[in-house]
Amino acid sequence: MPFLEFLFQPKNELEQGGRSAAPVQSDEREPEKTCPNCHNAIPLSRLWAGLNVCPCGYHFRMGVRARLRYLADKGTFRELFSEVRSGDPLGFPGYADKLETTRTSSREEEAVICGTAEIQWQKCCLFLMEPYFMMGSMGTAVGERITRLFEYALEHRLSVVGFTVSGGARMQEGLYSLMQMAKTSGAVKRHSDAGLFYLTVLTDPTTGGVTASFAMEGDIILAEPGATVGFAGARVIEQTTRKALPKGFQTAEFLLEHGFVDAIVPRSRQKALIARLLQMHAFEGGASA
Amino acid sequence: MSRSAYETVKLARSGRRPTGLDFIQGVFSDFFELHGDRRCGDDGAVVGGLADLAGRSVTVIAIEKGHSLRERMLRSFGAPQPEGYRKALRLMKQAEKFHRPVICLVDTSGAYCGIGAEERGQGQAIAENLMEMMALRTPVISLLIGEGGSGGALALAVADRVWMLENAIYSVISPEGCASILWKDAKRAPEAAAQLKLTARDALAGGMIERIIPEEGLGKAEYYAALRQALNAELEGLLQLDTQSLLEARYQRFRRIGKEREA
Repeated sequence: MPFLEFLFQPKNELEQGGRSAAPVQSDEREPEKTCPNCHNAIPLSRLWAGLNVCPCGYHFRMGVRARLRYLADKGTFRELFSEVRSGDPLGFPGYADKLETTRTSSREEEAVICGTAEIQWQKCCLFLMEPYFMMGSMGTAVGERITRLFEYALEHRLSVVGFTVSGGARMQEGLYSLMQMAKTSGAVKRHSDAGLFYLTVLTDPTTGGVTASFAMEGDIILAEPGATVGFAGARVIEQTTRKALPKGFQTAEFLLEHGFVDAIVPRSRQKALIARLLQMHAFEGGASA
Repeated sequence: MSRSAYETVKLARSGRRPTGLDFIQGVFSDFFELHGDRRCGDDGAVVGGLADLAGRSVTVIAIEKGHSLRERMLRSFGAPQPEGYRKALRLMKQAEKFHRPVICLVDTSGAYCGIGAEERGQGQAIAENLMEMMALRTPVISLLIGEGGSGGALALAVADRVWMLENAIYSVISPEGCASILWKDAKRAPEAAAQLKLTARDALAGGMIERIIPEEGLGKAEYYAALRQALNAELEGLLQLDTQSLLEARYQRFRRIGKEREA
């Protein structure tokens, strides 16, 4: 065997499955995660090195900070409006406690983070929803942060890139949550009417009031492979209609087929594509540079 | 008023309550119905058209539940399909073109929940209405006459004025849904109803609506006449505003909700 081939030959089965940036741990005790798609166990280090994607292509969920690391150019993210937090407008039983424990466990203050960043040198406004904060549900703070981001983007003539994850409106805030759908839509509309670009990436899961507002209002709508995207919950539909749901119902692929997303983009190709789309919508002499 | 929140919910859902079409016949005259969304269908749950309100031409759009079982099935019990929202938006755009005011009558437990509705983009249809209504260059008044169920109701309630009948409800989720998600027990709906603050008085206190229309004390004809007068007077005021101020006020109307809730 030639020396170079010898050097690069796969040491084990995992290496054969794909290239990984980090060394694969041979420690047997390393924690693993079982892929719900291919049912193989994948060591966490390998999963993280591969952007939380199984070699079979299954996209695991991703928290906002991990997403920022692969998406934004290093050191360019400046968080905005982190001071905006949800109150408990209805005094809903158990909600205040739930917020506190969620803040501790997720180490985030709310279900979305907003800010400015550069993606391959393209400056933009960015929001990322947090699956590990009450499944990205939209209460007043989420609505307010996103609204402010669009107002900020309008003022500075920046494009907006948004990653959505949400179980829908946060019911513990009642009508206050519902009204955030109208509020954010109004802000998106103003941004849009000024000729500015808004790109959404739908990730697993994007449902309910977020699907029925800013998630579906992008000029270009991308989705991650296999992501659940819909308005009504699948179980609710099954119970209401008493019909078996078609295979692949409410997946990103289903939406593509029915004309509601522009493209399905795996995580590994997102950064370059988003940068290119931003660049195609950059203003001459504008802030995008 | 000593009625519990859940009693109000039951009243709002009552089959004996006047429906959208009853209000159209009672409050407006010379209603001419316009059908179809010009894309793929005509949804029976949404009724819209041209009508006369105290001598003024308006576009009126109502979610209709129907009375008899046959009628209710035809109208999917007042749960609009995406085509219903798209028809509503088409009629609103038409009203904008002719600078005709829009009156929406909302009464739905929520947007239609089904395979077809998802295939044809229920979420996208609602999202588009929210966005476009926010910038509609003509006055819009929405009146919640029964159930105001979540996004399916909001899709016809991004308006300059939102009013509620005394026993109407407006909620982000049904009390049953809330109870079964939070406490895994739909029977605790009355408790959830109280916590969700979904009555007209709660909505008024939270600044989500401008006015409560009393339901009792008047005969049917006088009741509709009074509502006609109230709507007409409100339109009078809204039509005085130039489009820019109208749109700015509408934006701020929703913009301020949840703004003060910062730590």
